[in-house]
Amino acid sequence: MMAFYFSRLMEIFPFFLKGLWMTSKIAFISLFACTLLGFILGIFRSGRNVILKRLVGVYVSFVRGTPFVVQIFIIFFILPEWGLQLEAFPAALLAMAIMGSAFICEIVAGGISSIPRGQWEAAASSGLTLTQQLRLVIIPQAMKVILPPLVGQYVLLIKDTSVVSVIGVMELTRVGWVTVVRIPEGLMVFSLVGILYFSISYPLILLSNYLEQKMAI
Amino acid sequence: MLTDFNFRVILEYLPFFLEGLRATFLISVISIGLALATGIIACACRISPLKILKYPSIAYIEIIRSTPLLVQIYFLYFGLPTLGIRIPEIQTGIFALMLNSGAYIAEIIRAGIQSVDDGQLESGIASGLNYFQRMRFIILPQALGVTIPPLLGQAIVLVKDSALLSLISVAELTRCGQIMTSERFMPAEAFFTVAFFYMVIYFVLKALADWSQRKLIFREAY
Repeated sequence: MMAFYFSRLMEIFPFFLKGLWMTSKIAFISLFACTLLGFILGIFRSGRNVILKRLVGVYVSFVRGTPFVVQIFIIFFILPEWGLQLEAFPAALLAMAIMGSAFICEIVAGGISSIPRGQWEAAASSGLTLTQQLRLVIIPQAMKVILPPLVGQYVLLIKDTSVVSVIGVMELTRVGWVTVVRIPEGLMVFSLVGILYFSISYPLILLSNYLEQKMAI
Repeated sequence: MLTDFNFRVILEYLPFFLEGLRATFLISVISIGLALATGIIACACRISPLKILKYPSIAYIEIIRSTPLLVQIYFLYFGLPTLGIRIPEIQTGIFALMLNSGAYIAEIIRAGIQSVDDGQLESGIASGLNYFQRMRFIILPQALGVTIPPLLGQAIVLVKDSALLSLISVAELTRCGQIMTSERFMPAEAFFTVAFFYMVIYFVLKALADWSQRKLIFREAY
């Protein structure tokens, strides 16, 4: 029986690759959006404008204090009530962007605040504007602190894309869930799903470890 | 936007939500306890010089860390019955949370042990202490302070992760929100209430983590 199911599983393997492609697509787009948004929010969070700082703080606490599934349900079920109907795919991207940016924001803010005040003062007395200070002096130095946890966060975010399967996006986990109904070999089906996730996340984990060693002072 | 937010329904469902909160709390406490035990064992194997212990624990930690929790939950949920093991969903869920957090806790403890200076270990050897005595009297007491804040961080993660158990129909907090949505079709009321309760747990644990962090920094300065 096992061999039979195994050959069936191999027959529908392209279906899994499609799921992997969808997972990669969601991961790639949302990681890009998260990073962009996370850096902007992180700069506000470590900035001097108290109101913006507090607002970002509330946003971060809300996102970090609630499970990602609940956030997805809020976006997918509640936004339509307020007149914003989203398809599953954009809803998944939106949820990922909101969730990821809050975590990246904290990493970026931590990196920026690790830079001594003297650097800001030196940059300011060289006549740089605030944007130039950030872009040319602060961020390049902060990158050393930001990069290792950022890559680690990417791994977590890629794994979190599995949760968007609950709203029916046909990504890897969803493919496994659909397949297990037809091929009742849970261990086999989800091992395959696990191996495919492993093939994306493990290289990134190794990269994160490498960066951590390399950036350590 | 919030003009027709119906607090009366929330009040009506409040006992139901409190039941869910209790379940989430119990699941989290049991899982974190089991995960701590798993993590300690896995870490002990991970740093052991014996290859037969070391490599399986490395494999365990790396496999758990590079696959999503949801896949692990489904793996057990759909996989255990094919092995002839039939246990209630809640036990499957707690088992999955235990295995998942155990791997992360093993790495947290290992980082704590590695943060203890080599000189400490050497002076322990020089004092004629054996391996277990060195661990018991020198390494672990110092490593404990460093590991407590990240352990509380992992507890926060675990509470949020327990929401995924709702997908294998364990009756916890998020599941209560789903049930209320399907009964009354009031997703806003349901999921904002759920989110509120998670936030309460989050802020309590966060305050604890921050407090322990402050204590730790004080100790280092001292």
